[in-house]
Amino acid sequence: MECIRLDSSINSGFIDQVARESEQDPYLCYQCGNCTAGCPNNFVYDIPVHRIMRLLQAGQKETILGSHSIWLCATCESCTTRCPNNIDVARIMDVLRHMARREGYVTEKRVKQFNDSFLHSVQKHGRVFELGTVMRFVARTGRFWTDVELGPKVLARGKMATRAHNIQGKEQVSKIINRFLGDERK
Amino acid sequence: MSSELTYAYYPGCSGLSTSLDYERSTRAVCSALGMTLKDIPDWSCCGSTPAHTVDHVLSAALSARNLALAESMGVQSVLTPCPSCLTNLKVAGHRMEKDDFKKEVNALLDHPCANSLTTKSVLQALVQDVGMDKIAERVRKPLKGIKVAPYYGCLMNRPPEVMDFDDPENPVSMDRILQALGADVLDFPLKVECCGGSFGVARKDVVVHLSGKLLGLARDMGADAVVTACPLCQMNLDLRQSQINAHLKETFNLPVFYYTQLAGVALGLDPDHLLLKKLVVKPWKVLHKIQEPEAAAV
Amino acid sequence: MRLGVFICHCGSNIAGTVDVAQVAERAKSFPDVVYSTDTLYACSEPGQEGIVQAIQDYNLDGVVVASCTPRMHEPTFRRAVERGGLNRYKFEMANIREHVSWVSKDQEANTAKAADLVHMAVEKLRQDRALFPKTFDINKRVMVIGGGVAGIQAALDCAEGGLEVILVEKTTSIGGKMAKLDKTFPTVDCSSCILGPKMVDVSMHPNITLYAYSEVEEVGGYVGNFEVSVRKKATYVDWDKCTGCGLCMEKCPSKKSYDAFNEGIAPTTAINIPFPQAIPKRAAINPDYCRQFIKGKCGVCEKVCPTKAINYDMQDEVVSEKVGAIVVATGYDLFDHSKYTEYGGGRYKDVITSMQYERLLNASGPTSGHIKRPSDGKEPQNVVFVQCVGSRDKSVDRPYCSGFCCMYTAKQTILTKDHLPDSQSYVFYMDIRAPGKQYDEFTRRAMEEYGARYIRGRVSQIYPHGDSLIVRGVDTLMGTQVEVEADLVVLAVGAECSSGAGELAETLRISYDAYGFYMESHPKLKPVETNTAGIYLAGCCQGPKDIPSSVGQGSAAASKILALFSRDQLESDPQVAQVNQARCVGCGKCISTCPFGAIQEIQDRGGNPKAEVIETICQGCGLCSVTCPQKAIQLQHFTDNQILAEVNALCQPMMEESFES
Repeated sequence: MECIRLDSSINSGFIDQVARESEQDPYLCYQCGNCTAGCPNNFVYDIPVHRIMRLLQAGQKETILGSHSIWLCATCESCTTRCPNNIDVARIMDVLRHMARREGYVTEKRVKQFNDSFLHSVQKHGRVFELGTVMRFVARTGRFWTDVELGPKVLARGKMATRAHNIQGKEQVSKIINRFLGDERK
Repeated sequence: MSSELTYAYYPGCSGLSTSLDYERSTRAVCSALGMTLKDIPDWSCCGSTPAHTVDHVLSAALSARNLALAESMGVQSVLTPCPSCLTNLKVAGHRMEKDDFKKEVNALLDHPCANSLTTKSVLQALVQDVGMDKIAERVRKPLKGIKVAPYYGCLMNRPPEVMDFDDPENPVSMDRILQALGADVLDFPLKVECCGGSFGVARKDVVVHLSGKLLGLARDMGADAVVTACPLCQMNLDLRQSQINAHLKETFNLPVFYYTQLAGVALGLDPDHLLLKKLVVKPWKVLHKIQEPEAAAV
Repeated sequence: MRLGVFICHCGSNIAGTVDVAQVAERAKSFPDVVYSTDTLYACSEPGQEGIVQAIQDYNLDGVVVASCTPRMHEPTFRRAVERGGLNRYKFEMANIREHVSWVSKDQEANTAKAADLVHMAVEKLRQDRALFPKTFDINKRVMVIGGGVAGIQAALDCAEGGLEVILVEKTTSIGGKMAKLDKTFPTVDCSSCILGPKMVDVSMHPNITLYAYSEVEEVGGYVGNFEVSVRKKATYVDWDKCTGCGLCMEKCPSKKSYDAFNEGIAPTTAINIPFPQAIPKRAAINPDYCRQFIKGKCGVCEKVCPTKAINYDMQDEVVSEKVGAIVVATGYDLFDHSKYTEYGGGRYKDVITSMQYERLLNASGPTSGHIKRPSDGKEPQNVVFVQCVGSRDKSVDRPYCSGFCCMYTAKQTILTKDHLPDSQSYVFYMDIRAPGKQYDEFTRRAMEEYGARYIRGRVSQIYPHGDSLIVRGVDTLMGTQVEVEADLVVLAVGAECSSGAGELAETLRISYDAYGFYMESHPKLKPVETNTAGIYLAGCCQGPKDIPSSVGQGSAAASKILALFSRDQLESDPQVAQVNQARCVGCGKCISTCPFGAIQEIQDRGGNPKAEVIETICQGCGLCSVTCPQKAIQLQHFTDNQILAEVNALCQPMMEESFES
């Protein structure tokens, strides 16, 4: 690992922004590691969550936003529930994801694509159309084998609706997302 | 009495599709216990995990549209069976207690949300509003002789400040209901451990690992079945059980019920309303284990 | 009048942000001021000498010192002016450090404010009268509340110093937490071998009266003359007759009573002597479990007792004791780990507290010192110790470090290896706090010689799997999640204030902090005094501490009392309320307002009711003077006129200014 110059590489604007958007104080963390200890997804993380917190205190923006971990957090809230300093760690992870998305640091394209496909479906129909979401995900990622083995089980039991439910107010829902995107572009 | 148990009802999108069985059995059980669920007219998706992953205001706005619709229904609270919807609705309400946040949310909506209602899970309403005594009284066919592992998932009681119901580490509400129904309820220690959530499609490895661990412990403890209150957990544990077996070289064969399905069985409701045939891992062997009341008495 | 003013630099503490020379210069324009100067350290020897000299050179009859908080140095300067020949109450202090220089960095504003405060002090001083303390006799008996090691030490030291001591203990035996321990760190000597003889000394000492199973109920009076009522709780055994033979315990049929001494690790009998070395070694009945009390029939102990000591009809008895000083040594409680539901919250039998483990290790404990885990009596192979359970954890409102857990955990790993050579200990820790003599070496020994595996990180979850427990934690130094399959988990539970600490503090009228620990008078310089004269602290009631510190405080409190009692009389503070009898209408409002019961009703010669202050009880709080509708009761040295003089000094120039503009 590279040597980090503590006097010059701390991006304090980044720390402030995360603190503001998450309404959490990263400096409360004393590195007990309880968040990592209880994190169910730690095994697929490239950086354990307690180190994300430490990197955050050190203002290491690129390392954090370029990590896979922030995309692989399942928001199960174990870290938040068990933090002895009452830090809402899951919310910080959420905010880091928001920032990574805004600033184009997407390390887990499939995770982002699934989320995008989901929201696309919500925007189109007002409710999520699960089959449509999966189809779009498959089309966008080219992962045509995704869950094909489950197909027969699902179809045999009618476990998945094959037609979307379009609600009357789907325009309203679509407008929510469009207004948000409009704001975000500003 | 009946007006006390009248709620605005938010089924959630999966209730129309992958968790139709949860949805139907919830309605059947609630109706049998004297609850009136009035659907929020033209409800829309809460945005689930993908929305809060993108932005907190967006996520709250998608939920708030529904809360706003419910506000015109003349009820006190919104009920939902799905923990993911519950989290989104409750977090939206919690954050909108701050005026600045509420303004941002309402700026995205056609019709503003006053944030005047409380949201709770069907599970919470069953425990707190209906009560254990009434559930136990209504049991026709006690679930004698089956051992179940109650599995709540990570979202039902977390974060505790927002959810404000049951213990975030050791919730017992579903345990108590299952006990009232006569089942042998295991003290399942991983009852709030994550199953992998919505990573099933994008990162199957996550779900295989986490759900595999849950199934492993349930089997080692001698469970006949796992009981859940979450559509996503149910799908990961049931539908993906074959994937888990294939990847982990396991032979799990554990039915994964919604607690409302078992409640329906115990209350003696019409099996057509419980959609047990939708379960991927076949439940019949376990259901046959339930001793008839006469046999149990012997 | 001829007044002198001294403006202290306090090194750079004040002079760094206040122009002290200018303040001294301005003070020369205040009324009656004939001498004004700045001084580097007013409290130092040359500083005090300067004050004494100025009093004589300039024939001063009053002095103002502007420096730090009067809490620290008011007595110092009062003594100095007295050496200069003035009455000690012809002195005023202006706090220009805590109230000025430490508050703001704006030199101009600070200088102006400092001058204002000095002006106020001068105006008050102009109204000061000479006051003279009265003397009163003291009762040289001591009450020690709490019979743990700190209380035992305080009681023995006082008794050795020739004082009569009353030791009040809440449970049926003295010894406290230390009596439960197996060994003590860092010497690994046997706890009961070093504490036992001290307990015996207490019982044998002619100067010590022990009230066990008793609690303090009411405290009246003041330093030198307290009156304390003590409730001696019913034991249902006549302790004058009981010989401690233990026959009743052998025969008692209620064998499932909660055993507080053994931390509930095993049951005991409804009538019992808590442990073989108990002082007093007397039996007591726990009526919550006794069949005679629950079912109304049994009477086995009554039948077998060879001395006929059993008395089921015994009632609590309240006794009153007059003492001159009180040592509070009420100890601590252990954190209730049921709040940690992720560790099972008490559901898992083999997840125990450090104190429960101590009882398993102890030769006189329920397993005779064999480490057998509670669930199945098996010897554990892997033992996991989890530190900081209820310490340094804001989420359970325990943000403080309990101080001794790191050390006792190291000790327990060493003892575990001694008892079970094939075992392996794992310790999850956040930081190791081992600052005492030989302490760090001790924790190193646990790792290096005894092979305890120390893992830097917290434990997130403990859950059973088959016969064992899965302990899931983190090793932050490796940066990975880790798991241990454990046979036994020991939670190093932290310390919290003892139950009822707040109520006792209010009875004693001493302060306590947000966590219920009692407040010392000064954190560095008055560590065993309280702000209530005559009441002293020792041991963990003031904050978590280890045995050496507790013993040290016990001795310190005793030495304070021996110094206090080296005189036959004490002086009362004359800054107390005084009634102007001519103005008093006898309405009695002051009597009902006074929180100290320091005002009594008397009758004047005409038979009219009047109020009168008992000077030795009055604490000078001033509540009565603001309550009195007639302004008949005035607090000496803080009379209405004096306070108004200060207000005028501050406000009049401002009013004049605003009228002019």
